[in-house]
Amino acid sequence: MTSNKMFNILVPVISVLIGLLSGAVIMLGFGYNPIEGYAALWEGAFGDMYFVGETVRQVTPYILTGLAVAFAFRTGLFNIGAEGQVIVGWLAAIWVGITFDLPMYIHLPFAVIVAALAGAIWGFIPGLLKARLGVHEVIVTIMLNYVALYSSNALIRSVLSDNQDKTDKIAATASLSSEWLQNLTFFSRMHYGILIAVFAAIIMWFLIERTSIGYELKSVGYNQHASKYAGMNVQRNIILAMVISGAFAGLAGAMEGLGTYGNMSVSSGFTNLGFDGIAVALLGANTAIGVILAAFLFGALKVGALNMPTEAGVPNELVDIIIALIIFFVASSYIIRWVLLRLKKGEK
Amino acid sequence: MDYVVEMLNIRKEFPGIVANDDITIQLKKGEIHALLGENGAGKSTLMNVLFGLYHPEKGEIRVKGKPVNMTDPNVANDHGIGMVHQHFMLVEPFTVTQNIILGAEPTSMGKIDLRKAEKEVQELSNKYGLKVDARAKIQDISVGMQQRVEILKTLYRGADVLIFDEPTAVLTPQEIIELMQIMKSLIAEGKSIILITHKLKEIMQICDRCTVIRKGKGIGTVDVADSSVDELASLMVGRDVSFKTQKTPAQPKETILKVNNLHVKDSRKVEMVKGLNLEVRAGEIVGIAGVDGNGQSELIEAITGLKKAQKGSIELNGKAITNLSPRKVTESGVGHIPQDRHKFGLVLDFPIGENIVLQTYYKKPYSKYKVLNYKEIYDKAEKLIKEYDVRTPSVYTKARALSGGNQQKAIISREVDRSPDLLIAAQPTRGLDVGAIEFIHQKLIEERDKGRAILLVSFELDEILDVSDRIAVVFDGEIVANVKPEETNEQKLGLLMAGSSEEKVGVVNDLE
Repeated sequence: MTSNKMFNILVPVISVLIGLLSGAVIMLGFGYNPIEGYAALWEGAFGDMYFVGETVRQVTPYILTGLAVAFAFRTGLFNIGAEGQVIVGWLAAIWVGITFDLPMYIHLPFAVIVAALAGAIWGFIPGLLKARLGVHEVIVTIMLNYVALYSSNALIRSVLSDNQDKTDKIAATASLSSEWLQNLTFFSRMHYGILIAVFAAIIMWFLIERTSIGYELKSVGYNQHASKYAGMNVQRNIILAMVISGAFAGLAGAMEGLGTYGNMSVSSGFTNLGFDGIAVALLGANTAIGVILAAFLFGALKVGALNMPTEAGVPNELVDIIIALIIFFVASSYIIRWVLLRLKKGEK
Repeated sequence: MDYVVEMLNIRKEFPGIVANDDITIQLKKGEIHALLGENGAGKSTLMNVLFGLYHPEKGEIRVKGKPVNMTDPNVANDHGIGMVHQHFMLVEPFTVTQNIILGAEPTSMGKIDLRKAEKEVQELSNKYGLKVDARAKIQDISVGMQQRVEILKTLYRGADVLIFDEPTAVLTPQEIIELMQIMKSLIAEGKSIILITHKLKEIMQICDRCTVIRKGKGIGTVDVADSSVDELASLMVGRDVSFKTQKTPAQPKETILKVNNLHVKDSRKVEMVKGLNLEVRAGEIVGIAGVDGNGQSELIEAITGLKKAQKGSIELNGKAITNLSPRKVTESGVGHIPQDRHKFGLVLDFPIGENIVLQTYYKKPYSKYKVLNYKEIYDKAEKLIKEYDVRTPSVYTKARALSGGNQQKAIISREVDRSPDLLIAAQPTRGLDVGAIEFIHQKLIEERDKGRAILLVSFELDEILDVSDRIAVVFDGEIVANVKPEETNEQKLGLLMAGSSEEKVGVVNDLE
């Protein structure tokens, strides 16, 4: 048991270290100083309160998309559609934010809940198709990503604005941003969303580990036959798992819409928050606490990278390479596990 | 002495355990040699050592007197040793010949010469009286025939020593008799056989000598002619075993289960249960005897709500439970020990403790307002594991890590503990050793004596005859005969199971 737990922590840590090391080798290869590069990265992520604020801002949606993917994974499903669920969540949050005129204590929760609902509906569709017709959720969720992207572009142009490229700003009563946090962090875009993200992680942990709902969801994920034998409603549980997963991703969209940007723009490409969520979940071993830690790593790398070109002259494409390498080594954790086992055996 | 294969003083260790400790087995030319041991005694490990999949820490393997270093399965094949696996390794849509030549295809100019291969396979089959059609597709032939394809596969590769791993586990009584004849004709042609089994009767019937291993240790080799079932059993288990299950005559009371004119289709929409009628009363064990595939699985699935019945009714304690959901059926008082314990009985990736509450997790005291109470769950598990002697490192161990017998004990503890009015036991002892079988049979009888109705489905006639108070023979989706165990025997049951009428068999049906 203990050695197993130690392994689960050791493998991602080693993956990250090997990824950073490989990044250093690549920087050296292209004639950059890796120490300067990483120093700039660190500076850019945690150097002063502004950077810390920006890092936390980036971490917030990562936690939520990571939870979305991890939750689905724990129940035997692969949610590639977090990306689309983020987009519909974002759009729904903006819609509530600009359309309604309500006091803050109603408007803000209302916008957040509608965003979660939108994501949940976007998860419900693949869940229903999987449960009733056996259509694989990976295919449906991938397709729905495109549906979400292009429909939201069309809606922004035709409904939420008068043929503009972006919507109006949301009403202040629906905004997550906080003057206090902005002052504290030299006017970074950090907002209250991090509290929602951490709270969502607690909910995920409680739901999966402590409730009979989580017990059923996990059971159906592991063995549908035995679950049916035990009297569980297999179809309903598959749908429920996708709905909850989608709701987490929808919340991530609300973080961007109500917190960071305050509006939504027509976009030619994906936000990548949903896809990065897959990596976050993987690195976090699909646990709530793991997802929070992994999201911090990804957020720090993403934000810190912005500082590397100016401070160390390292192109920030390289940071994408390092992130890709880390994901690569996490994905091939089997190899690291194997090497560790060999080493352990050698000791005996 | 003329030994074809010898494994001398083999010792194989795994981290923490010694799987084989000083085991010696010597196979004479032209004999059938049994390798007997309980589940987990180390039989598979020993054979994996012979095939070079594991490397022994100590000991020596000799083929025809010469030491051989078995580095991988190909070395064993090259020395003429072949294995007939318990779980067939066949490609279903391929023909018999295609399967047999797989991996050793005879080619001419890069093209597989199927015609030539078919001829060779057919000749081999005829030589040993296997009656296999070389051109038939695997998916179209019976399990018994598929096993013969496995035998042919080893012969085609030139095996002189054949190892049969629990070959009779999947066969009907008639097929078992035929297999034994095939084994005899193999011996007559100069082959030698190692038969891995824990069925003592088969050893007495067909084997010349028997090597017993217990908990990884070699106990010794005996001449079967000088031994007895009782001696072999006590050698294997390490204590005396009672074969005849001790029980008093049944005292059936009110009817618990009543099945009336039931029709059920399988997943391919073929009608498998065709107007079946059945009654089980409180305080009796009704055994369903029949060859696999005559509607037993569909009957059970219909009763437990896993499958819809097309027509007919199922009553429990006088209340209709036809086509209720599995949960409703469970809650109305049905316990079910499923035939496939891995597929239905357990969530293998859950700890054993959480498997104990698989049907009751949503009820008090295990959960309250949907929040699980792990203390109650694991306390319950601890209690049942102790009571039913489920051997597991802890209640937190994943079900996957337990041996088959202990997994089955865990399922039985869970089902019996709910004290259902009707307990359905489908193949409850399949693949288990005599110690575990004895325990499970006793439990079933205990429950009967407490006044529960028990429906036992088994393909093992021994089990049916030994445990049941009444036997219902199923053939082609109907109950074709009701007989009392003391008034019948294996031959008569076998004929009934094959569809002969009761008059022909000469069994007086004095029930009903």
